[in-house]
Amino acid sequence: MNRDLTQTVARIAGVNPRACMRCGKCTGACPAYDEMEYHPHQFVSMVETGRIDELLRSKGIYTCLSCFACIERCPRQVEPARLIEAVRVLAERKQGADHLRPQDIPARLDPDMPQQAITSALRKYRR
Amino acid sequence: MQVNSEWKPTIVAFCCNWCSYAGADLSGTNRLSYPANVRIIRIPCSCRLNPMFILRAFQRGADGVILCGCHPGDCRYTTGNYYARRRMTLLFSMLDYLGIERARTRVEWVSAAEGAKFAATMNDFVQTVTALGENRRLEDLRCKA
Amino acid sequence: MQRIGVFVCWCGTNIAATVDVQAVSDALAKEPGVVLSANYQYMCSQTGQDLIETAIREHALTGVVICSCSPRMHEQTFRKTVARAGLNPYLLEIANIREQCSWIHKDRAQATEKAIILGRAAIAKVQLNTPLQAGQSPVTKRALVIGGGIAGIQTALDIAEAGFAVDIVEKQPTIGGKMTQLDKTFPTLDCAACILTPKMVDCAQNEKIRIFSYSEVEAVSGFVGSFRVTIRKKARYVREDVCTGCGLCTEKCPQKKVPNAFNLGLDTRRAIYIPFAQAVPKVAVIDADYCSMLKNGKCGVCAKVCAAGAIDYTQKDELVECEYGAIVAATGYNPIDLSGYDEFAYSRSPDVVSSLEFERLMNAAGPTGGTLLRPSDKTHPKTIVFVQCVGSRCSAEGKGKTYCSKICCMYTAKHAMLCREKYPDTDVYVFYIDVRTPGKNFDEFYRRAVEEYGVHYIKGMVGKVSPEGGKLKVQASDLLDGRQLHIDADMVVLAAAIEPDKSARPLATMLTASMDTNDFFTEAHPKLRPVESPTAGVFLSGCCQGPKDIPETVAQASAAASKVIGLLSKDSIVCNPCVAQPDELMCNGCSSCEKVCPYGAITYLDKEFRGPNRTTLLRRVAQVNPAVCQGCGACTVACPSGAMDLKGFSNRQIMAEVDAICR
Repeated sequence: MNRDLTQTVARIAGVNPRACMRCGKCTGACPAYDEMEYHPHQFVSMVETGRIDELLRSKGIYTCLSCFACIERCPRQVEPARLIEAVRVLAERKQGADHLRPQDIPARLDPDMPQQAITSALRKYRR
Repeated sequence: MQVNSEWKPTIVAFCCNWCSYAGADLSGTNRLSYPANVRIIRIPCSCRLNPMFILRAFQRGADGVILCGCHPGDCRYTTGNYYARRRMTLLFSMLDYLGIERARTRVEWVSAAEGAKFAATMNDFVQTVTALGENRRLEDLRCKA
Repeated sequence: MQRIGVFVCWCGTNIAATVDVQAVSDALAKEPGVVLSANYQYMCSQTGQDLIETAIREHALTGVVICSCSPRMHEQTFRKTVARAGLNPYLLEIANIREQCSWIHKDRAQATEKAIILGRAAIAKVQLNTPLQAGQSPVTKRALVIGGGIAGIQTALDIAEAGFAVDIVEKQPTIGGKMTQLDKTFPTLDCAACILTPKMVDCAQNEKIRIFSYSEVEAVSGFVGSFRVTIRKKARYVREDVCTGCGLCTEKCPQKKVPNAFNLGLDTRRAIYIPFAQAVPKVAVIDADYCSMLKNGKCGVCAKVCAAGAIDYTQKDELVECEYGAIVAATGYNPIDLSGYDEFAYSRSPDVVSSLEFERLMNAAGPTGGTLLRPSDKTHPKTIVFVQCVGSRCSAEGKGKTYCSKICCMYTAKHAMLCREKYPDTDVYVFYIDVRTPGKNFDEFYRRAVEEYGVHYIKGMVGKVSPEGGKLKVQASDLLDGRQLHIDADMVVLAAAIEPDKSARPLATMLTASMDTNDFFTEAHPKLRPVESPTAGVFLSGCCQGPKDIPETVAQASAAASKVIGLLSKDSIVCNPCVAQPDELMCNGCSSCEKVCPYGAITYLDKEFRGPNRTTLLRRVAQVNPAVCQGCGACTVACPSGAMDLKGFSNRQIMAEVDAICR
């Protein structure tokens, strides 16, 4: 239970997890459902209730494809993928310092690099 | 101008009967506070406000005058607040010419459901006018006798 | 010399807790013209009112100031009190020291000071009050109901029952509205047509009711008691008085490929048509968009077969002007457009249907004759998935409506139950977020669907529907079991959110009635005046005010009717006496006031005035019709010579208040 982390995650994501009405449309839409130990709607409720440490330890946050199906479908503007992204950013920040600057990205681009990492990096440095 | 911390401006608020006066009542019902130096005069519609009344208020020593009416399009009398908006625009340009600070007069649209907005508007307006200090330019000092 | 009485109310502790009422009444006693200043715990109580009455008589008061709650609360109460004591009720002013003083300020000294100032302003104003007489305005004993669905029908029938004339304006060729398209109704499962069509016939046969079908309201002017409404009767190219409704023309018309709007485009009809068998009035209509005679002058089959000679290709729209005492808006609802919901493949597969379309597919008078068949290949669906809350409870911009559409839970339970009853071999899944069943026998109905009929209710939402090889692949979440479901469905039914009819907003503008951001009409008070619009004489019935099921709609329709009857049973209504008044000596007839008046209350008169040397001069001066003037005061400011003033809020009165406040 960590309220501060909830706020940090919500701030990074720019969405309000409290707006979630537990409809499960995100989870219904998720193509990576079977790969994730926590599913998008659980993710939202875990952020909301402050169970962020568990999320930080979970592999599920890295198996999210960032396909944004849940962002597209969410009727309440909670947009789980943004929260997942925010937790990833949090995990990165916990590693200490920022490892990557936006201007370094083009040099590091690799055709095999997962698209998720690029979007993650861009989102992280946009704010 | 010396700023006296004890000094409180006199604010006259003209509120239309149907929206803003009801909005003011609602902020009362919800116990949302705003400074006691705001005094409300009820008029049937914002278009009843003759610009003369604002000049009169300044002449008699008011430090700020605010007009509140229904939101554009929601006027009980269909078009009253549009007339008011236009008249106030003209009055403001005259007040500019006279050298009255623009912030001493204001027009705000407050509906009957916006008690919170009414209180917030009044708090903000009082703060603005307090910062401007006393109105002396139009005040008729003979009235102070 | 004025003799003014001041009465300060404690309102229990509401005022007295933050305002020193004794200090207020003492201070106000010193104001010029004040002969009496009293305070009492509850001025609005019988004892308080008696106190005022006695004081007026004993002290021969010429004006009364009451420092109490908002005038919006008790002005009328105290006006009556003052009138009982023989004083003109408009010689009263109220200083609002509760809502605008004691309730918002915590500092006792400041609140008391403000209360004194507000009291002074009221005293300054009341010094200049003049006795006013409220005029009377006649009430036209006829009501207009806009919309002929179940709401409009019920309102009209109730008004007619009370003996008043009613007109129904319906934009479709028949009255009946959405309910005619329904199959069964929850929670009793009686057939919609069986309970509705007798009411439609009642409307047609009631001599107090006139039906303007295929008509729309074009313009509204006037005010409560005497609205003037222009109704556009759209050309139906069939003479309503001659057509017998035999339907021969609708069989012979060669243009067969017109999408049938009554069946939501699930089948076709002819260019000349009667919407459905029990239509009222049962008169054919020609669809001008498809009729080849109207489009290029070739055909004329319907005119040849019509034995009654009712077809008239030259018919034009007709404008009818009528007067009404009251207007009821009953414009109803529509399901939202689902084409934007790509994830449910509504536009990509004909087997994904809206609930209203499903209703037609189940209906014995529908395109399939009541047999449930897939629109694509006309086979029986074996697996049916219902999705609730499509477009409802959605805060995301442009994706739907923020409100709950209220009826979807119940009709989905009904659909699911009917499917299982008629076709026990089908698997029926309902995906829900919450099941909301507040209503008499509603929850029992939903539980029956689950327990007796074996409908699979799954908490979760469908994320994706993809048409593949004649099946609909449904991917959904089951939140309670914590799994993702993949169902091969034959048919998907979407419980679309409902929204107010598109005609409601222009109508609201014509009626000067207010609307919320969702285009539902707002009521005069959300709890205490739920069927009246804030505009006097305009009433609300049915879904135009908010989503409702049939029982609620009928209840509200009857409530609106009773309000209309109350209004129409008066011969005249008391007008607002605070109206504009021109000073003829100052008026120069410039027409400025006439131009700004939103009600057309100002006219001009050439009047004789005495000129020099015993001559008479003819001068043009403004005249205000006090029955039409609503007292907004726009003209008073527009008048360049200051001739126009508003009774009850005169220039001198408002300036006196300003002076008192700034003193």
